[in-house]
Amino acid sequence: MAFTNEQIERYSRHIILKEIGAKGQKKLLNAKVLIIGAGGLGAPAAMYLAAAGVGTIGIADADEVDLSNLQRQIIHATKDVGKAKVQSAKETMEELNPDVKVNAYRVFVTSENIRELIREYDFIIDGTDNFPAKFLINDACVMEKKPFSHAGIIRFKGQLMTYVPGQGPCYRCVFKEPPPKDAVPTCKQAGVVGAMGGVIGSLQAMEAIKYIIGQGDLLTGSLLTYDALKMDFRKIKLPSDTCGCAVCGTNPTITELIDYEQAECDGAL
Amino acid sequence: MLITVAGVKKEVKDGLTVSQLIVDEKVETPMYVTVSVNDEFIASDSFESTVLKDGDSVEFLYFMGGGQ
Repeated sequence: MAFTNEQIERYSRHIILKEIGAKGQKKLLNAKVLIIGAGGLGAPAAMYLAAAGVGTIGIADADEVDLSNLQRQIIHATKDVGKAKVQSAKETMEELNPDVKVNAYRVFVTSENIRELIREYDFIIDGTDNFPAKFLINDACVMEKKPFSHAGIIRFKGQLMTYVPGQGPCYRCVFKEPPPKDAVPTCKQAGVVGAMGGVIGSLQAMEAIKYIIGQGDLLTGSLLTYDALKMDFRKIKLPSDTCGCAVCGTNPTITELIDYEQAECDGAL
Repeated sequence: MLITVAGVKKEVKDGLTVSQLIVDEKVETPMYVTVSVNDEFIASDSFESTVLKDGDSVEFLYFMGGGQ
């Protein structure tokens, strides 16, 4: 596949980088990334991946755009209120870069649909806002041997880690099982600064890009934490011995996906 | 003795357990925190019996569920 003149110009800042070059840009154009959740994390991740020329981007979300989303979900605009989030996200990405094929899935991910959904993608981004979904994505990615980026944000804080099969701990190695409903506050209850999604969601896009071009060190085996008030980034090393994990360990006890009960307050996002 | 908590060096009394450190550090969700000592996870049912030693490095890993 040869670049068009327009593509050479569009991706010139990538092509000039020795870590990307024409070869890396072609990898990006051939790559498929699935973003689960078109919200605070998914919005910036989707926009940067579309701008970067990731050839196929899947976006899954069952919700509609709400006015209270616009403080942080920059892929949607005021005119989109009431529209399906995946439709609004698809339009923004396609306007940004016509090279990108966007697959919109207006669904909540469940144990029934997730394995099939992630199967055709190279890298998955978890932009969901609740623990049942985060554990479901982790377990499905472990079972389907798919790399993914986990992230969470709340108030002025965020966290991020990357799972690559066979290269370190999964999310469940760190957090054994979802906390009970309402034991840990959600963004809706506790609040979140909009720019936090921008910081952490952009880092998720960066992990996907590095994975696709095969350059640099991924956040495998570490949890990155960000405290915006202290302006402090910390990379916490995680234990490398994951053999006892219930899902990615040598003798897994979780061999089928689990639909945990979702906190009621998460529905409206 | 001197230990490191979340990257910060702290002078603490000898015999300090992980459980007591969780209280002292005012961990927001003590029931649902993951703790590592010297890059090894400590099972939550061992917080009480895990006595910290001079030079230990402790990390608290918190659930962060937001994203939308």
